[in-house]
Amino acid sequence: MIEVLTGIAVLSGVSAGLTVLLLIAEAWFADYGECVIDVNAGERQYKVKGGSSLLRTLSEQKLFLPSGCGGRGSCGTCKCRVLEGGGPILPTETPYLNETERRSQVRLSCQVKVKENIRIEVPAELLNVREFVATTVRITQLTHDIRGLRFELPPGETIKFKAGQFVNLVSQPYGDVTESTSRAYSISSPPSDNRALELVIRLVPNGMVTTWVFQHLKEGQPVTLIGPYGEFFLRESSREIIFIAGGSGLAPIRSIILDMIDRGITHRPATFFFGAVKRRDLYYVEEFERIAAQHPWFRYKPALSGDETDHPYERGLITDVVARHYGTLDHHEAYLCGSPGMINACVKVLTQKGLPEHLIFYDKFS
Amino acid sequence: MDVQAISPLVIFFAAITTNNILLTNFLGMCSFLAISKDMKSSLGLGAAVTFVALCTAPLNWMVYHWLLVPFRLEYLQYIVFILVIAAFVQIVEMMIERLSTPLYLTLGIFLPLITVNCAILGCALFLVIRGYTFLQSVAYGGGCGAGWALAIVALAGIRERMKKRSKVVPELEGPGIALILTGFMAMAFVGFSGIVRIN
Repeated sequence: MIEVLTGIAVLSGVSAGLTVLLLIAEAWFADYGECVIDVNAGERQYKVKGGSSLLRTLSEQKLFLPSGCGGRGSCGTCKCRVLEGGGPILPTETPYLNETERRSQVRLSCQVKVKENIRIEVPAELLNVREFVATTVRITQLTHDIRGLRFELPPGETIKFKAGQFVNLVSQPYGDVTESTSRAYSISSPPSDNRALELVIRLVPNGMVTTWVFQHLKEGQPVTLIGPYGEFFLRESSREIIFIAGGSGLAPIRSIILDMIDRGITHRPATFFFGAVKRRDLYYVEEFERIAAQHPWFRYKPALSGDETDHPYERGLITDVVARHYGTLDHHEAYLCGSPGMINACVKVLTQKGLPEHLIFYDKFS
Repeated sequence: MDVQAISPLVIFFAAITTNNILLTNFLGMCSFLAISKDMKSSLGLGAAVTFVALCTAPLNWMVYHWLLVPFRLEYLQYIVFILVIAAFVQIVEMMIERLSTPLYLTLGIFLPLITVNCAILGCALFLVIRGYTFLQSVAYGGGCGAGWALAIVALAGIRERMKKRSKVVPELEGPGIALILTGFMAMAFVGFSGIVRIN
């Protein structure tokens, strides 16, 4: 008995002693004091405690670089340019960096350790990514399975985003779900409405966040939103625009169209095709019809693929309606948002009509 | 012959040649096969193993003789040795990263690999089994590491040359041919036997 106890005691003693040694070593050697991180040539400056990775240090300062693997150096998405103070490229980064990136000092931020003052460059959009605690002010039932939500930011706060971008909505624990989780939803309100955010959410059967939105979220309740993110926004050009959406894919398109009105973009003809099955799946119809009546550059074409006949809208699958509508697409640009199936089918039709793939922009829901 | 009477110098050279831990005991094979593809990494890893073996051998000797033996806990040697090696490697890694970036880039990144290198643990276990004195342990640790480094650098040299000049049947490329080469090298090292004897 005594032998067992001494065994346990000595082993615990050895482990504890080594742990203490390690902690002392960490405090001594891994303490790099205060370092300054300069982002985008002085646009932001953070005074941070050195010693951990650039990715982690930045996220503690609420600058969120995209990261798929959580900083283990296995996805290569947390890249940013480190202009000064990052040390040489580590062997753990080399597999993820090509020759051009190496030359322009691109690094994996999860592998770069902050040991001294450091100058970095990140895409300007990321500086706008923030965490907002907003209040749910309005929940509208738009169709039988789609809801419109309006969240107001705290007094004095505003959000800057490009029409078409999305935010992450963080759900709170409910029922058997004990963890909060988040999903991305496109913003449907225009950037000019910068004290609030509107989202369009379709109920996904057994979806973690949508179930919470449909069954537990009440008006007046605070919610957490992180964003804006995304590369889906209107490109500058003079091409004619084709918008195609289905279901809740209407959200970013609505934001873009309202933004075009706000910014006075009238020289680009635009047509919005919205695909649905039945009449009951259409929403925001009056709003788009009103816009079409007031703005000659905008046309609204809802299309129903079901067997209802008593309606004034286009009939058939959205791909057929689009195909019927256009001849050769030689001065057009297309913006698509909806299910992967719809997008793939539409991309096929558009390319067959001569639209090059680099002029087709889309946001796939999956 | 009394083990403790052997000169540490003899033990050092024996550990490199006749008792090379890699080529006679086949310990530390995984990193040996994986890293021996190029000379630069082999030199780095060889230096790191030598350093860690040299330092952990006396450390483990002290822990064994001053802690485990008095409490009659010799059966805990495996787990305690691993703990000591792991903690030591961690601390050294932090130190190197802080003190010298060039050294960290050549040596430091290999240190975590060594925590699980069986040559290091084998070295600690052999010095206990053979009943070495403290000084002999230092010499044995250094010799083990140097022997391991010699073996990996030699293999890296052979593999680099073979890549340029020899055709290997595709089925044997990589670890296959490396193991065969290791076998030849082990046989060559048998040629050293008879020079010294330490066990």
